[in-house]
Amino acid sequence: MTVLKTLTVSALALAVSAPAAFAEWQPRKPVEFIIMAGTGGGADQIARLLQGLIEQKDLSPRPFIPMNKPGGSGAEAMRYLQDKAGDNHTLMVTLNSFYTTPIIQDELGVDITEFTPIGLMAMDTFLLWVNSDREDIIDLDSYVASVKEAGLDWKVGGTGSGQEDSILTAMMENEFGYEVTYIPFSGGGTVAKNLVGNQIDSTVNNPAEQMEFWRAGNSKPLVQFTAERMPAFPDVPTAKELGVDMEYYMQRSVNGPPGMDPEAVEWYTNLFQTLFDSEEWQAFCESDGLTCDNMLKGDELAAFHAKAAKDHADLIEAVGADKITGE
Amino acid sequence: METILIPLGAGLLQAFEPLNLFMIITGCLAGLFVGCMPGLGSVNGVAILLPVTFLVPPTAAIIFLAALYYGAMYGGAISSITLGIPGASTAVATVFDGRPMAQKGKADSALMAAAIASFIGGTVSIILFTLFAPPLAAFALKFGPQEEFALMLLAFATFIGLGGDDIPKTIFSILLGLVLAAVGFDIISGQPRLIFFDMVEFQRGIGFLVLAIGVYGIGEMLWTLESTKGKVQMHNVKITWARMRSNFGQIREYINSTWVGSILGFFVGTLPAAGATPAALMSYGLAKTFSKDPDSFGKGNVAGVAAPEAANNAASTGSMLPMLTLGIPGSPTTAILLGGMIIWGLRPGPLLFTESPDFVWGLIGSLYIANVATVLLNIALIPVFIRVLAMPFTLLTPIIFVLCVLGVFATTDRMFDTWIMLIIGVTAYLLRKLNYPVAPAVLAIVLGPLAERSMRQSLISSQGDAMTFLERPISLTCVLLAVALATYPIIQKAVRNRRSRRAA
Repeated sequence: MTVLKTLTVSALALAVSAPAAFAEWQPRKPVEFIIMAGTGGGADQIARLLQGLIEQKDLSPRPFIPMNKPGGSGAEAMRYLQDKAGDNHTLMVTLNSFYTTPIIQDELGVDITEFTPIGLMAMDTFLLWVNSDREDIIDLDSYVASVKEAGLDWKVGGTGSGQEDSILTAMMENEFGYEVTYIPFSGGGTVAKNLVGNQIDSTVNNPAEQMEFWRAGNSKPLVQFTAERMPAFPDVPTAKELGVDMEYYMQRSVNGPPGMDPEAVEWYTNLFQTLFDSEEWQAFCESDGLTCDNMLKGDELAAFHAKAAKDHADLIEAVGADKITGE
Repeated sequence: METILIPLGAGLLQAFEPLNLFMIITGCLAGLFVGCMPGLGSVNGVAILLPVTFLVPPTAAIIFLAALYYGAMYGGAISSITLGIPGASTAVATVFDGRPMAQKGKADSALMAAAIASFIGGTVSIILFTLFAPPLAAFALKFGPQEEFALMLLAFATFIGLGGDDIPKTIFSILLGLVLAAVGFDIISGQPRLIFFDMVEFQRGIGFLVLAIGVYGIGEMLWTLESTKGKVQMHNVKITWARMRSNFGQIREYINSTWVGSILGFFVGTLPAAGATPAALMSYGLAKTFSKDPDSFGKGNVAGVAAPEAANNAASTGSMLPMLTLGIPGSPTTAILLGGMIIWGLRPGPLLFTESPDFVWGLIGSLYIANVATVLLNIALIPVFIRVLAMPFTLLTPIIFVLCVLGVFATTDRMFDTWIMLIIGVTAYLLRKLNYPVAPAVLAIVLGPLAERSMRQSLISSQGDAMTFLERPISLTCVLLAVALATYPIIQKAVRNRRSRRAA
């Protein structure tokens, strides 16, 4: 069945673009799909959804195999991808630590502009969450008051020094003039679990990581760090509405190691475009508060990465690297 | 209760439809194969097989994945016993006694014990799951970093007696493992540390399989070569009906450790941080500590095979709980199940049990059936597995060597790790010649990172106050138990020494 389908597709491709079809590149072995974060987090959920869609829609002759490499705030994954230079069978789903980790850890020896950009699948958002047991905290003001009262006893959970949530936490510390204790966990799912279990006091999780706990009434969002209220959270104010100038997004893009063959890049770009346009992906974006209007790819994505890397360097300079790494 | 029993019954009935039965048998066989190939690893194996599940209806797909999952869990024991190479980290404790049994020509009884203990572990665990899943999910949330660290302490404590008589050598071995576990990125700050000779390859750390295959594959092979001068011919066991029955009768010798391992395994498995490997190691340690004959452990005691196997199967069922209710998979294989769920539009979370009871209880129902099918297949295949041991040692040794190299390379795709594995293998052999126990080092590399992370998280959250471990009731209980367990073998030994002195 699969063989037949592949044959039909190849035949069609042959008919459409006869000269190019002979050079048509396809994965010849399973594709390693690296996630630069732990299991259960936003990036993990996305990678596993994409992997499943690829299988279900039979888009690749070889399977995609998701592998979590969360070590050192993504350093492990980026080092791995760097070592895979020239390999056509490794891809990585990125977070913003893609920009921040190489800045904070300059001895890592990774230059992100060398990686091969494939496609920007979505822009993810952040909300501030507390456990719903905290009845005294109903909005941003009561939150700030509680944090100030608790001081360093206030525990914020996150996914690692230099990860986007630690940057957002540092930004909030600067904005509101308080200091908290930041505890790194191995992934967004573990952070969510620790918030629900009252092991930590607050967190800035992505919507996908808290969605199910929120629906079950275990946690509640206080503020969203977006320009406008997301359709999934119509009743939660944005920081801007409350007079706090904070807006922060996370890119969810797919990238390859340095020096991938152009034919492979083209094949993967088409694959992820198909996934991006699929009903399932668009539905996921809507339900989980992601923005998926159009997929940046190739040079556009490279330019996007370059700008974001610079913005993050400025941001880290502004809040201070010490504050983020907790040293 | 009805809300559980009706969908569970439906799930059980469904499993008996011809297509589903076929999926169970295929799944178990594929799982056995995937599990017993060192390094092939269930992650790759299961991911490659995931497409199969899209060709059949979702129920059959779940059943297939559950069978595969079980098969892989059983399969891990097979290479541990017959080849002495742990197929997965969960099966490492099975090597401790499984390998010596095989060398004594008792591979068939070891395999039988592994199969029966796995079956009991799996069954106890599914029953506990059926009865207590929702309250346990709430209990798991009480486990913060402090409790996780206390649990790891408990795991280390069960191993104090593991090294034999020489406690300083045991401690050295644990420390060696901890140092190797610390190589790579610091888990809190993300900075690289212990990068020997500034080689960037060390940034990725030393994987557990690299160490375990080195120690047990290469080290053990060298040891056997030396001690037998290559003359050994593995025992060619004739499997007869009477021998099978007597193997089955052996169950009395290990049934107690099996019950303990099953219950322990289930509880440890339900904690999101732990998983099947610590469960198996703890179960082994407990079986040895409370055995009437602790000295026979590590030399081919059948309870030393049964205890970890019961625990790892029980834990893998237990780890379904954090996956279903919290979305945190306890093992790479559960992560694949998670991937399947997302495709079928099911989101793991606290509401899954109430919103999709058909799925949850259908899955549990199929686990019951898969467990029965796997144990039957496994026992039926014992004569096939032990054929491996009928090979002359001169033929088997090169095969083991190739499997070790291949296994490491296949997992990490780097020649560097293969070299490290060989170096570790030779080192392990030398340590053994000097009478250092190697098992504690293997334990340390598995538990070290888990213990380090939770300890540092706890200390950050308490702002450096170590009393935090004693201030929380669950954590305090675990710490006290750990102290009791660590001192028990020492006191026991002292008592025994005094008795023997008095007798003399």
